Amino acid sequence: MKKNWLSYPYLVWVLLFIFLPLLLVLFYSVTTRTEDGIRFTFEHFQRFMEPIYLRVLLRSVKLALISTVICLLLGYPMAMILAGNGFKRKQIMVFLFVVPMWMNFLLRTYAWMTLLERKGLLNTFLSWLGLAPLNLLYTEEAVVLGMVYNFLPFMVLPIYSVLSKIDKSLIEAAEDLGADGVTVFRKVIFPLSLPGVLSGITMVFMPAVTTFVISRLLGGGQFTLIGNLIEQQFLLVGDWNFGSAISMVMMLVILLSIGVMSKYEKENEGSGLF
Amino acid sequence: MTRFLKKSYAALIYLFLYAPILILLVFSFNASKSRGIWAGFTLKWYLELFQDRQIMKALYNTVIIAVLSSAIATVIGTAAAIGIHNMKKLKRKIVMNLTYIPVVNPDIVTGLSLMLLFIFTNFRLGFISLLLAHITFNIPYVILSVLPKLKQLDKNLYEAALDLGATPLYAYRKVILPEIMPGVITGLLLAFTLSIDDFVISFFTTGSGVSTLSIIVYSMARRGINPKINALSTLLFITVLLLLVIVNIRTSGEHRKKE
Repeated sequence: MKKNWLSYPYLVWVLLFIFLPLLLVLFYSVTTRTEDGIRFTFEHFQRFMEPIYLRVLLRSVKLALISTVICLLLGYPMAMILAGNGFKRKQIMVFLFVVPMWMNFLLRTYAWMTLLERKGLLNTFLSWLGLAPLNLLYTEEAVVLGMVYNFLPFMVLPIYSVLSKIDKSLIEAAEDLGADGVTVFRKVIFPLSLPGVLSGITMVFMPAVTTFVISRLLGGGQFTLIGNLIEQQFLLVGDWNFGSAISMVMMLVILLSIGVMSKYEKENEGSGLF
Repeated sequence: MTRFLKKSYAALIYLFLYAPILILLVFSFNASKSRGIWAGFTLKWYLELFQDRQIMKALYNTVIIAVLSSAIATVIGTAAAIGIHNMKKLKRKIVMNLTYIPVVNPDIVTGLSLMLLFIFTNFRLGFISLLLAHITFNIPYVILSVLPKLKQLDKNLYEAALDLGATPLYAYRKVILPEIMPGVITGLLLAFTLSIDDFVISFFTTGSGVSTLSIIVYSMARRGINPKINALSTLLFITVLLLLVIVNIRTSGEHRKKE
């Protein structure tokens, strides 16, 4: 059955709305407009190397890394619990884990604003205990909390899906050969779950490093991340060339992490997420 | 003992996940404007919400764009999936890699690259540009929902239909399409949900005067807390939850059929 032409509208669409726009980003990132026309240049990338911008990049990577580590520490035990046989209503438990993932992340972030703000529920609770109110909102910790809250399911689900596919006889064999619980985990379960861990790490790290909403709402604009920098360049400053250059750097970071991940990822693993 | 530990750990995580949402929902019915205190049940924020013209306009935009973009994306995506399915291996690989670009690319890059395209081509930013952007990020999800169904399809069915005198078009309509329909519907619902849910790409590709609900939530939340957002959030949350339950029942029903 030869029906290739059916995909032509899509191919045109891809070319127009995916390929061409990315080409434009590339074009803007390596050119500059002067009086006598457009000139090829690397100055925008050089500008990004200035300490003030590098600090933004560093802060983004730092906050994203901290969030990723917290997600891993919180999420791995949870994934193990979900993958274990202990619970009757396992499917519902997994579904409950998916629901917040599909909820608008603006709402999830906003929910924390109401909790953390000066007159919010947490501070009301503190004063009820007779304690002084704290400045919770608009801090770096609030941004990290927002990231962990938003992206925790992205860590748990890939690890869960790998863990639940592990052949139980491998664990039994290790136990028969005299390994204790810790050894079984260290030598059998954890190494086998690595693909899930890696895909979880990328799925948390990538949106965390590119977000501009969480830092704007929970950081109050004091903690500029790379996403905020891009947003500002395009919507406030109007420097498309510099904004494009930063976007190119960001895409490079993402592509590299995907490349590293896909090297370890075997077919179909973690693909049930979308 | 370990079972107890496991249970309490899971309970704590679920509390962490759901408590903020639940508090948000509960406080949308709070009569007092200050958030710490419960001053009685009210529907006043919902009433105010429905009287707010800007919000109603945004709701209208959100729904229309979700309906149109998911419908168009489903048509283009389903046709594309059939085409891709019949491609030679190398070509298929290239097209599939292109298809994955909007899925893996950060939303902010997809959004601003589309914005650059629209401004570069002097296309006015507004409703149409928003619609085009939504179709663009929806199509890959339709393709990825339909392709697995095509792979399960028995090739002989189509040929049998042709042997029995069906024209290719008739065979597609009567044989292939009903077989892949579950995938098409799943793709449609997925696209609809994603479109309703999107903020970042809409934020970059919309023009002055045209906004969606998530854009309104963002611009209001930037100025601080407002009980009207709580009410709006509650409505959005319930909508997404309903859609999700429908999709989930559909897919688990299919699994059961297979077994």
